[in-house]
Amino acid sequence: MTWYAALGAVEQGLVYGIMVIGVYLTFRILDFPDLTVDGSLPLGASISAVAITHGVNPYLSLVIALAGGFLAGMITAILNTKFKILHLLASILTMIALYSINIRIMSGPNVALLGQETVFDAVIGFGVPAHLAGLIIFGIFALIVLSFIIWFLGSEIGQAILAVGDNPQMIRSLGVNTHTIIILGVGLSNGLVALSGALVAQNQGAADVGMGIGTIVAGLASVIIGETLFGCNTIARAFIAALLGSVVYRLAIALALGLEFGGFRFNPSDLNLITAVLVISALIAPNLKKRLMQR
Amino acid sequence: MIGLNGIVKYFHRGSVNEVFALDNIDLQIEEGDFVTVIGSNGAGKSTLLNCIAGGFFPDSGKILINSQDVTAWPEYKRAKLISRVFQDPLLGTCPSATIEQNMALASLRGKKRGLARGVKSRDRDRFREELKQLGLGLDKRLLDKVGLLSGGQRQALTMLMATMLRPDVLLLDEHIAALDPKTANQILLLTQEIVKQSKLTTLMITHNMKHAISFGNRLIMLHQGGILLDLKGEEKKNLTVKDLLAQFYKTQGEELALDSLLLN
Repeated sequence: MTWYAALGAVEQGLVYGIMVIGVYLTFRILDFPDLTVDGSLPLGASISAVAITHGVNPYLSLVIALAGGFLAGMITAILNTKFKILHLLASILTMIALYSINIRIMSGPNVALLGQETVFDAVIGFGVPAHLAGLIIFGIFALIVLSFIIWFLGSEIGQAILAVGDNPQMIRSLGVNTHTIIILGVGLSNGLVALSGALVAQNQGAADVGMGIGTIVAGLASVIIGETLFGCNTIARAFIAALLGSVVYRLAIALALGLEFGGFRFNPSDLNLITAVLVISALIAPNLKKRLMQR
Repeated sequence: MIGLNGIVKYFHRGSVNEVFALDNIDLQIEEGDFVTVIGSNGAGKSTLLNCIAGGFFPDSGKILINSQDVTAWPEYKRAKLISRVFQDPLLGTCPSATIEQNMALASLRGKKRGLARGVKSRDRDRFREELKQLGLGLDKRLLDKVGLLSGGQRQALTMLMATMLRPDVLLLDEHIAALDPKTANQILLLTQEIVKQSKLTTLMITHNMKHAISFGNRLIMLHQGGILLDLKGEEKKNLTVKDLLAQFYKTQGEELALDSLLLN
């Protein structure tokens, strides 16, 4: 792996790390497996791209993208809580609907941002070399999101969110409307995922309706890698681990793509298979370990 | 204080599994009453408590607390007035949160939650003081996760959390049934202490006739969704387990021979 490829992987790890923080919030904290993310990532990308091509400030476009993602997450959570649709199914329904919505937003399957101003131009304006701009911007955004989520979960509402995932019966009998909390939590999660998608679009110079495929699997892989390597015994540590897990995941992918066994090489299209195998092995490993220990 | 007027509750209504759980219950509980509730399995004890707490809504009838009609209030809204302790010690606390976080959650029961810190430093001393009352050494373990505690310790903590913010009504759903006899006794004494100290209006379900007689100032026996016995004051004071069983037979006759075995 070249130095340049490694740099690119870290950059990707940070920007998708924002998505991973969102996935951690639903998957681990709220115990709500949420596939909406496969739709809300391109939703954020398309909102941001279309806003920019219509002359909206690139930073403001990020805010709009975040709000759009928040709304998408809220819809999934409302389907689940108010209409009693299974969380997985509710999120798949929203995800499928978002495919059409994203194409509507972009009036087509993709939008290019060639020659448009993006959040990276501001940094490049300060004399930072262009290939480092992504790293800096993504690093700053990832740190802001990380600090925010840790601060937020330490608040009274945040503690209630943690309790909803841990013991819903208890927190309901303490006067918390668990439905509202789930709607807020899944909304926030998808808002972050959309923010991540918007930043990716601005970085690669285009939004594409297909860019969300496999987001949840990559997110889960990063979460699991992070937990395994960096631990999760406090909330702060768990979220830092999720972000670092994302970076390690992207580095591992870059490494795998560079490998060569005789005449065999991995294609970028093999990525989903590699990720799926990674997640499966991480999910069954604890069980397998337990069984082997019992013998 | 608590008024139940004509409460009817069916489960699986209209299906072959239909259960007639509460049969037109009328019950007035005065402020400061400590009511023990007994009855065989399926008599409707838990259903009654759940109806008061808002776990589900009655099919008909009215529930009043503090002369406020709460019949249509969801469970989380009633939490302002009601505290509950469940039979399962795991249900009352959050295992992955620390002791102080759990207490902070409980100290906001029924209140608005905002962006202020969940655990405030000024609360810690108060938490420590309250934990000292338990005499379990938990006051030195504020930062330990609750999942590390034993069932008895968790139930003691739950009792404390349920009452640190004085509830108008305290509901105890067989809260010592899952504990070993020694711990159960400790929790029961703690319950009595707290209820007496804060003069709480309390409903306690129990399967133990001795407890039902020796605790509280009023005893209710449920059977097949109806109130079979309702004893107060002197009548309750002079009650013995033998009397209770005799009462049981008198009203129900031979068909309850099996239940008497259960209740003995």
